[in-house]
Amino acid sequence: MSGRARRLPIALSIVALTGVSFAAEIPLAERRSGYELMSQETRAMQDDDTANPGMLGVLEGGALWARKAGAAGRACADCHGDARQSMKGVAARYPAYDAALKRPVNLEQRINVCRTERQQAPTLAYESRELLALTAYVARQSRGMPIDITADARTQPFLDGGRAAFYRRQGQLNLACSQCHDDQWGRKLAGNVIPQAHPTGYPVYRLEWQSLGSLQRRLRNCLVGIRAEPYEYGAPELVDLELFLMWRARGMAIETPAVRP
Amino acid sequence: MANALINVPDRARRGEIIEIKTLISHPMETGYRRSQLGARIPRDIVRLFVCTYNGTEVFRAELHPAIAANPFFVFSTVATESGTLAFQWTGDNGFSATETATITVD
Amino acid sequence: MNGETSRREFLAGAAAGLGLGAIITVRPAHATPQEMQEAIRKIVGSAPVTKGRVKLELPPLSENGNTVPLTVSVESAMTPAEHVRAIHVFTELNPQPEVVTFRLGPRAGRARVSTRIRLANTQTVTAIGELSDGSFWSATAAVVVTLAACLEDA
Repeated sequence: MSGRARRLPIALSIVALTGVSFAAEIPLAERRSGYELMSQETRAMQDDDTANPGMLGVLEGGALWARKAGAAGRACADCHGDARQSMKGVAARYPAYDAALKRPVNLEQRINVCRTERQQAPTLAYESRELLALTAYVARQSRGMPIDITADARTQPFLDGGRAAFYRRQGQLNLACSQCHDDQWGRKLAGNVIPQAHPTGYPVYRLEWQSLGSLQRRLRNCLVGIRAEPYEYGAPELVDLELFLMWRARGMAIETPAVRP
Repeated sequence: MANALINVPDRARRGEIIEIKTLISHPMETGYRRSQLGARIPRDIVRLFVCTYNGTEVFRAELHPAIAANPFFVFSTVATESGTLAFQWTGDNGFSATETATITVD
Repeated sequence: MNGETSRREFLAGAAAGLGLGAIITVRPAHATPQEMQEAIRKIVGSAPVTKGRVKLELPPLSENGNTVPLTVSVESAMTPAEHVRAIHVFTELNPQPEVVTFRLGPRAGRARVSTRIRLANTQTVTAIGELSDGSFWSATAAVVVTLAACLEDA
């Protein structure tokens, strides 16, 4: 193992030993977006639409929105018109309950439902350039709007599942998400500042990835980090966790396309 | 056709120094990374970026793998006359992309 | 498959089995300050390089070495008689020393360029300004580079 990889398990096991279950939720008023914990340079990259690399994805998404696809020969625009109106507020409400599937779906899955059912086109693969671009374009239309997730009778069980996952110790390092993101946010993990983990800006341009990526990619990355087997893309466990994280961030502003280190 | 974001002011006064921002989608694969089994991933970068103003070259960048993915440049030029600013990127594996922007100079 | 497993394949398999990151069991080669000096020599020849007139702006601490914003500027009136011909940027510990060369001229109006670079390690970056009179000027900036805490399984 390289020196860097060796330091991390030691750092995390110190957290695991001393992080005796506080499990204290962050008070709503003390919630901070990861934006506030970044360096000034990275914030400047996000703030300037002419310099934000995530905007390249949004641009591409706009082109895909207008392009006819599938056996039905339909573009998103043909049903939804101008996304600046029709998609306003949509990303702020996802993951959302899908009556046919009887469970919440995230924005990527919703787009794929439209692809197969309305456009008669094949689904777009998770983390494919096209799906990231379309998701970024749709989510960008909610930029500045508050995340609007409320629990109701239908979504409560899934929200509870996501919450349980957030507070459950897992992986070879036996760590729960809450131990870093509720209890140790703002402190350093191997040189990086630990954020509170609010998914306000997805798909996000992550400097580590040098590309746009989805929340599920980030969650799988975390699971690998604590040496847990990551769920497959689209797994219900991941969507439940997304739902919980968005609910936990309710009221915070959408920042898509965000830039993160 | 690669994705690019260009920022050029629509108009400027003659003699004014204008700032131009360009951002193009490109992975800038360094050639130094290796796959899981140790095979080197071949280099694939943009090597040259040229800006011309009504046909005359006003800025050039010769890139190496140390330029970050999705190459971004901010540079300036003097607004001399109305016309077209053309931007050309070329690189490995026959990569070539062009964008233009018009400017009115009074 | 024959009975012999290469050490690299074994390590890669073990790494995959432990769910560790996909990247490299071998650290990539990196250049040395001497190689950087040679690369600079190729540009300046035997001419002296004087510290000054060049300003190199880099964050002292970078959150991720994949994308480090850089701005370089050179004091110059940028007239046809006296202007900056080129700005060359080098690093001492990246796999190769050259980063970028910007070619300017009097039409630039001002000698100031921004970009984003990759830094493989904590190191010092050097910028060389080449003037129309054939003189060379330089500036350096040191950057501490932090790496992502968790590697990703690709």
